[in-house]
Amino acid sequence: MITAGVDIGAKTIKIVIMKDGQVIGQNLVMAGYDFQESLKTAWDEVLTKTGLTLNQIDRIVATGAGKKEAGMAHDQVTEISAAARGAITLDNRVRTVIDVGAEEGRAIKIDANGKVVDFAINEKCAAGAGAFTEAMARALEVKLEELGPLSLTSTQAVAMNAQCAVFAESELVTLVHAKTLKPDMARAVHDAIADRIVSMVRRVGMENEVMLIGGVAKNVGFYESLKRELETEVIVPKDPELVSALGAALLAAGK
Amino acid sequence: MIANFGYKDGSGEYFLSIDTDKCNGCRDCVTACPAQVFEIRDEDPNDPFREIPVAAIKDSERKKIKYACGPCKPVSKRPSLPCVVACKQGAIAHSW
Amino acid sequence: MAEFWRWTESRWTAPDKDWKKAKIITAGVDVGSVSSQAVVMVDGELYCYSNMRTGSDSPNSATNAMNWALEGTGLSLDKIQYTVGTGYGRVNVPFAQRAITEIACHGRGANFIYGPTVRTVLDMGGQDCKAIHIDEKGKVTNFLMNDKCAAGTGRGMEVFADLLGVSINEVGELSLKVEEEPPPVSSTCVVFAKSEASGLLREGWPKEKVIAAYTSAMAHRVVTLLERIGVEPDFAITGGIAKNVGVVTRLEKELHIKALIPKYDTQIAGAVGAALFARALVEKGK
Repeated sequence: MITAGVDIGAKTIKIVIMKDGQVIGQNLVMAGYDFQESLKTAWDEVLTKTGLTLNQIDRIVATGAGKKEAGMAHDQVTEISAAARGAITLDNRVRTVIDVGAEEGRAIKIDANGKVVDFAINEKCAAGAGAFTEAMARALEVKLEELGPLSLTSTQAVAMNAQCAVFAESELVTLVHAKTLKPDMARAVHDAIADRIVSMVRRVGMENEVMLIGGVAKNVGFYESLKRELETEVIVPKDPELVSALGAALLAAGK
Repeated sequence: MIANFGYKDGSGEYFLSIDTDKCNGCRDCVTACPAQVFEIRDEDPNDPFREIPVAAIKDSERKKIKYACGPCKPVSKRPSLPCVVACKQGAIAHSW
Repeated sequence: MAEFWRWTESRWTAPDKDWKKAKIITAGVDVGSVSSQAVVMVDGELYCYSNMRTGSDSPNSATNAMNWALEGTGLSLDKIQYTVGTGYGRVNVPFAQRAITEIACHGRGANFIYGPTVRTVLDMGGQDCKAIHIDEKGKVTNFLMNDKCAAGTGRGMEVFADLLGVSINEVGELSLKVEEEPPPVSSTCVVFAKSEASGLLREGWPKEKVIAAYTSAMAHRVVTLLERIGVEPDFAITGGIAKNVGVVTRLEKELHIKALIPKYDTQIAGAVGAALFARALVEKGK
């Protein structure tokens, strides 16, 4: 049986194709301003790579903020169920899933079967998602992918009081005036968002093992701050952004 | 006066109210709160003519009140809030 | 590069008053995160004031605002009997005898500027939004302040003015130049609303339609905040946003209540309240 999961996020579109329980193709594209165009590109690329056509796929399940826009999907599942399914399949010891995307952060508690026990979502507020680190990288005039490594060279913790991405930007300007070093400010940014994510995790109750997924999982600075705050090891899979699409593909196969 | 401490952001509205007419500055809320968000002020900066101390939410906590109060408000099986129970004057209320 | 967020600074002296004839001279200084005002009152009447950008030099903002307010009056700081500091930077007013929150001061200030019939005050400052209930004397009976989130604050509007390349002094009127009110942007989170707006501009939406959509979303959000403590007439607006006719019109429409027309610059409400508290404290011998 061939299934596919399509995760339509705020910033990227992810597709995972599976055949008889094995991943045979995956793709990630930026969701450009012509969103349907990006979706078509994502499909064309992965179908070419796998040598398949769309109707050879028995079942397609969509998830993500834009799941309703996936005209080719047979069904939709929530981001919570997709993330839970993907995480437990990658590592059956996982009991807490932290999913931080571009515009939403989620904490999910699962049982040994991967069933969702509890969840908390931080939505519609940039301070609790990747949009925060993006805005801060711009304010510090570094590329987003450099922000994480930069923060690792920090030698001291600096507190950030602002709980809003817009106000945090003004706060960074004040810190710059006070001659704060860039690595320290970068670390402050990650500590701030990790603080918010951890508070959300505590609402569902943290239980080991903890897995971090979503685009922000690739940010080493955030990863370090998160580990530090949770005081525990955190598992990050090889392609953290594709975990929900994987989960959707698995759910499509009835797993 | 009803002093509402907290905020509204994209994810919701979170306000902890203290009725200062009922508050007598007894400190029970300070002791009861596991997250230590309360403090007692000898002078009320919102009411310069008030004669007795008043309870308030610390400035360092009020913009993160959703997170600070998080542990007392689990997603399921929510118990009574320690601060509300501790206040004999019934001055404390939560909006969420 | 043009700075679209830069609003007009101002100062004023009452043409018909003489400080030398006054019994009690007091001052209020409101140091906000975006703007600062200094107000001098003689025997409870407005004598002079200044309204300027706080800038990044916060410790000196209070002194700068005060100096500008006093310019040309012949009055000097040492003749002022009592000064109250208020606002975000109220601890940075070196010449103040007392600091009182902007909530209490806006309550008092609104009572002065709008009269004793005001019961609900909405103050939208640079980085905050406050809903205040007051009694006939201007004493606060209920309040809530939101300074955690940029949506519903002056800063949010500045971000949009910048995005559209329109001066902050004109965004209000521009937002009313639409034939039909467009649907509001879906999120009031300024970061998300901004990306949504960029998309709309690319789709060909004219500037006035985009700013109308954001203003509409912002007004609605402010209304939900106000409704948490209720809106009782008379209703008045203080702070910088009161000058944004686009926001005010939409607020009035959604609340089904007209805001009172101010007699003075709405941004000085906090400093006026502070100066009035100063007078009351002098009279009480504190």
